Amino acid sequence: MSIRDLSDPEYFDEVAEANAEERSMDGLRPTYGTVDPLSGLMDPAESVSSRPEHHRLLKYLRREILPTTFCTGCGGGTVLNTFTNAIDEMRIDPKEMVCVTGIGCSSWIPSPYFLCDTLHTTHGRAIAFACGVKVMKPDMKVIIIAGDGDLAGIGGNHLIHAARRNIDITVFLVNNFIYGMTGGQVSPTTPFGIRTTTTPYANVEHPMRIADLVAAAGGSYVARWTTFHAFQLMESMQYAIRKKGFSFIEVMSQCPVSFGKSAGMKDPVSNLKYLRDNSIHVDGTKGMSEEELEGKFVVGRLVERNQ
Amino acid sequence: MTTEFWNGNMAAAQAVKRARVQLIAAYPITPQTHTVEYLSQFVNDGELDARMVKVESEHSALSACAGAAAVGARSFTASCSQGIQLMSEVMYFTSGMRFPVVMAIANRTLSVPVNIWPDHQDTLVNRDSCWLQIYAVSVQEVYDLMLMAYPIAEDPEVNLPLLISYDGFILSHASEPVVTITQEEADQFIQPPGQTDRAILDPENPLQFGEVLFPEWYPDYEYKKHRALADSLTVIDRTFRKFKEQFGREYHVVETEGTGDAEVVIIGIGSMMQTARYAASEMRKRGEKVGVANLRTFRPFPEEELVKAVGHAKTVLVLDRDIGYGTSGMVYQDVTRTFYHQEQRPELLNFIIGLGGKDITPKTIERCLELGKPGFTGQSVFWPDARGPKEGIPYSEGLTA
Repeated sequence: MSIRDLSDPEYFDEVAEANAEERSMDGLRPTYGTVDPLSGLMDPAESVSSRPEHHRLLKYLRREILPTTFCTGCGGGTVLNTFTNAIDEMRIDPKEMVCVTGIGCSSWIPSPYFLCDTLHTTHGRAIAFACGVKVMKPDMKVIIIAGDGDLAGIGGNHLIHAARRNIDITVFLVNNFIYGMTGGQVSPTTPFGIRTTTTPYANVEHPMRIADLVAAAGGSYVARWTTFHAFQLMESMQYAIRKKGFSFIEVMSQCPVSFGKSAGMKDPVSNLKYLRDNSIHVDGTKGMSEEELEGKFVVGRLVERNQ
Repeated sequence: MTTEFWNGNMAAAQAVKRARVQLIAAYPITPQTHTVEYLSQFVNDGELDARMVKVESEHSALSACAGAAAVGARSFTASCSQGIQLMSEVMYFTSGMRFPVVMAIANRTLSVPVNIWPDHQDTLVNRDSCWLQIYAVSVQEVYDLMLMAYPIAEDPEVNLPLLISYDGFILSHASEPVVTITQEEADQFIQPPGQTDRAILDPENPLQFGEVLFPEWYPDYEYKKHRALADSLTVIDRTFRKFKEQFGREYHVVETEGTGDAEVVIIGIGSMMQTARYAASEMRKRGEKVGVANLRTFRPFPEEELVKAVGHAKTVLVLDRDIGYGTSGMVYQDVTRTFYHQEQRPELLNFIIGLGGKDITPKTIERCLELGKPGFTGQSVFWPDARGPKEGIPYSEGLTA
C-alpha cells in the first residue's frame, strides 16, 4: 500500500466519507445517560456486541479516540481508571464537571479521553484557567489533572496561589518525576542521583516535595498517593472532589519509558515496586528524621483544614 | 575539517560548543529539546566548559541568559513555539539592555490548536522585539550560521540578541552531511568569551541596567536600538565575507538563484526555499524564467539587496509560512513596503503555505506560480494549500494535485 496523505484530494474525500460514516454510528452507541447506573450494564438493544463496549466505565470515555496514546505501562491509564471509578461511584454526572489540563503526558489523562467538558490550556496554566471557569460556574466541579513539570515546574506560581486563595477546585497532580512527553529531561521532581537526558551523569538537585509545598501554601485537603495504591487513591480522589475549598492530591506515577529507562527500571512492574517500596504512610512517620525520609514518598492525608 | 552526519539540533549544539558558550539555560520543548540534551552531554563530559541551568520555564531560561550576559558571559538558549511566546517579555528586555544573547529556534507553529510541526509563526510574531533573525535552509547552514551568531551579535556596532531559526523536524530532526570546523579554527573566527568592551555589571565600575526612562529621552533610546538593528546588515555582511575567506562557504543576506533574467521571482525564508529552488529549476527546463531570492536575514530586513535581487522581474511571489491574521503574511508586508517607492514596482502577490507543518512540495510552489501568473486581478493574498476559504483554491476546482 502506498503512502497517502490528506493533500491527495481523493484520499481526503475517502477519509471524510469514513468519518461521516463513523459519525452516523453515534446514534447506535450508548452514551453515559443510557446506562443503568446500578448494574453498569448498557441497554442490550443499543450496544454493539461485536465491540468490547460492555465495560461499565466506557460510558465516561470518548470512545472514538480509544485506545489511549499512553505508552505501555504508563501510570496515566491507572489514574484515568481510578478517576473514572471515583466519578462512577460518586454518581457524578459528567455534565456537571469541567476538566482543565495543561501540556504534557499527564494532561492527556482527562483530555481527550474523559467525556466531559474539557479545557486543554497552555503549559503550566491549567489552574489559572480553572480559576476563571470556577468563578463563573461555581456549581460545576472543576477538576485539574496535569503533570509535575506542568503544575509544579512552569506553573508552580499558580499552584501555590490557588492553594493560598483556597478556591474550590480539585487538583490531581500526576508526578512521574520527569518531562515525559519531550523524552525524559530532568524536572523539578526528579529524584536526586537519577540520570536523565539533561543530567547524563545523575541529577545533583533535590526534588521538590510538591504536596508539602501545597500544604504549606494553604488549601483544604492535601494528600499524596501512588498509582500502586489504586484503591486508596480512588477514595482520596472522592474525598478531594467532595471537599469544599482547594483540594490537592499528588499522585506518584510511573513512566517506564522516559523515567524508567534512565533510572534502571525499564519494565512497568519494577516501577510500581519502586513506588510501593518507597512509600510510607504519614501515620508511621512520627519521630522519623529528615534523613530517614529522604527519597521516601509520604502517602496519605497530609493536611485537612476547614477554612 | 571533517564531514559529519548531523541533524539540525546537533549542528546547533556542536556550533555552540565551538563558540565556547559559558552559560546554557533551557527548558524542554519539541522539536528543540535535542539541542539542550546534546549540550548537557558536552558539558557533563567536560567537552564544553559551561554552566548548565535546568530552569523551570522558558521565561526563566532567557532571564538566566540575560543575567549571565549582564555580567559579561556568553550565554545560549534554545526554544520554539509557545516557549518563545513565554520568553517574549524577556526578549524585549534582552534587546533593550543590549545583551548579545544567542538563541536557536527549531521553528514550530503556535497553539492553539496544538501542533508541533513547523511554520514561522513563532519567530515572526516576535519580529518587533529587536532581535536579529537569521534563517537557515539546510543543516550545514544551521551549523555555519550558529558559528557566525556570536561574532555578529557581540560586534560593538550591534550588541543585540540574535536568533538562528531552522524549521522544526525538517531541519531539526533530519540528518545531513555537515562540514565541520576544528576548535582551533573556531577560536580564530570567534573571539574567546569575556573579551568585549560592552557595558557589563562590574563592582569596580557599578552600572545600572533596566532603569526607568522618561518620555524626554525615550525616543532617542529607541532610535539607537532601531539603528543598531538596521545597521547590523553591514556587520552581517562583513562576518559572512570573513567566514567565506576562512572556510570557503558563501553566505549573503539575500541569496539569489536565476534572478538575472527572471520574469517571476519567488521570495521567502526557511527550508521551503530549497524546495522553491528545485521547483524554479524545473520550471526553467520548461522555458519559464523563474528566479528565487532567499531572505537569509529577516531582521534586519535587507531592503537594498532585495531590490537588487528582484531586478527587472515583472512579478514577485512572496511565500509566507506564517500569517499576520486579518492582513497578509508577515514577510509580504516588509517586501511590499520595500518596493512601494521603487520606480520599477513589480506585481507583488502573497502565498500563505505550509502552516502547521503542511508539506511544501515542488507541486505547492508550482501551484503558487500558476496562481500568480495572471498577476494582480483584485486578490493579493492566496491560500493555495488550505481547503475552502474565500481566498483559497479548493482542490476540487483548483489545479490538480
